Amino acid sequence: MSEKFLSLNNIEKRFPIPNKPDYVAVRDVNLEIKKNEIISIIGHSGCGKSTLLNMISGLDAQSEGHILLENKEVKGPGPERAVVFQNHSLLPWLSVYQNIEMAVKKVMPELTSAELRARVEKFVSMVNLDHAKDKLPGEISGGMKQRVGIARALSIKPKVLLMDEPFGALDSLTRANLQEHLMRIQQSVQNTVIIITHDIDEAVLLSDRVIMMTNGPEATIGEILEVNLERPRNRVELQSDPEYIRCREAILSFLYEKFAKDDE
Amino acid sequence: MNNDTVKKIVLPLLVFVLIIQFWSEISNIVNGFPTPSETYKAAFGGTNEDGEIIKGVLSDPFYVNNQDDKGIFWQIIESLKRVFAGFVLAIFVGIPIGLFVGMSKSAQYALNPFIQIFKPVSPLAWLPLLLFIFQDINMTAISTIFITSIWPIIINTALGVRSVSQDYMNVAKVLQFSPLEKIVQIILPVSVPYIFTGMRLSLGIAWLVIVAAEMLTGGIGIGFWIWDEYNNLNYHNIIIGIIVVGLIGFFLDIIMGKIADYFDYTKKGRV
Repeated sequence: MSEKFLSLNNIEKRFPIPNKPDYVAVRDVNLEIKKNEIISIIGHSGCGKSTLLNMISGLDAQSEGHILLENKEVKGPGPERAVVFQNHSLLPWLSVYQNIEMAVKKVMPELTSAELRARVEKFVSMVNLDHAKDKLPGEISGGMKQRVGIARALSIKPKVLLMDEPFGALDSLTRANLQEHLMRIQQSVQNTVIIITHDIDEAVLLSDRVIMMTNGPEATIGEILEVNLERPRNRVELQSDPEYIRCREAILSFLYEKFAKDDE
Repeated sequence: MNNDTVKKIVLPLLVFVLIIQFWSEISNIVNGFPTPSETYKAAFGGTNEDGEIIKGVLSDPFYVNNQDDKGIFWQIIESLKRVFAGFVLAIFVGIPIGLFVGMSKSAQYALNPFIQIFKPVSPLAWLPLLLFIFQDINMTAISTIFITSIWPIIINTALGVRSVSQDYMNVAKVLQFSPLEKIVQIILPVSVPYIFTGMRLSLGIAWLVIVAAEMLTGGIGIGFWIWDEYNNLNYHNIIIGIIVVGLIGFFLDIIMGKIADYFDYTKKGRV
């Protein structure tokens, strides 16, 4: 079987500016992502990492280059590339259950009502929200909302799970808790996951590879770091693991020595 | 009862006393102006100066003497029927137009100038034209209410559609919703509170306009009834009419508000 699962070839994104040359956000991005691989894309703000994710999801179109998923060109958004949005984007008038149900119903219209219910319940349970399934998003915490977002994205059986700074808006304890959730889920349902993050520990903890982006404009991939850590990973034990320390230092050195960025 | 509750009851009562006082003063100054007690008798019945027992407008609202002489209940029902007919028609026409204007920039550019021009025109200005077209009192009143009600519904629906966050639309895009699914699953739920705000405004204005419209069209209805009482020199009944119209408008607004809250997801499940 070919290793090529998701490939980005010479991706470039330009934004037109009136009366000026186009703003080149990212350019020359080439990346091969294997099936069931978890990769993080890390970089300073403005490095175009969200732009990159939006092009993979199809919500935004690249100016140049091709994105291939299983040798098929990606054109426009689709449920096989599910997105977990930073602000969860749950529909506030639907309950936790209904938010997931809406997605499953649309993507798997062939399910009988019993199968539909079983599938929705399975994903509600997967993120431990059985007790809150009839609550509205306004009634649950930020971390719980994000878990619903993850359950909704996974419930439609995507080929790739795209996460745009999924835990960025949460406090560090909640964030750690969600990272554990994600790792546990990933152990049971193997998935290809791309996570945008600006958190070094999160990147190392979760990923098989960390993609480090140079600063924009004209950002591109600076370095790619392989994280050779066994799974399941334990965040406490990792703190003294030489490989973990090596990875952290590599990213730190990339972000703060090679591509340091002053606050604007 | 806490202090606030007492204030809420006592203060309006004080103002009520002041109003009655002021009204009595006017009756003293303006010759023939009905006094509060005369008006009360006209409303709830009593004995007149000749010692005859008379029935009040409000104590006997259901009488039907002939086609042109019916109790105030029937007058109000007739007015409400017209208001609801015009209002419902405006909902069915206005919401789709509002959705269209909200979703399509082109539709907005095309229609907005006309909405802005016709919106400030008093619906009563249309009335003679509508009377000429329909040659029928009922149709004229209903279509006047329709024109009155449609603008706030269109404008607020479009506003609601434009308030749909891009985040929700991204969810719809990832799930590959069809345009119809986008409307039903995302745009309508977001817009509903706005649509109901528009409907509430519309109903309020429609109730204002019906009184004036019926004065012009004649026949039956609370507006015509008030005008008729003026011609019959029953000035106390005009005052009763004003109070009744006010109360009904107040109740319509409360009912509409309750319905709006029921459909407004932001009023539910807030912690």
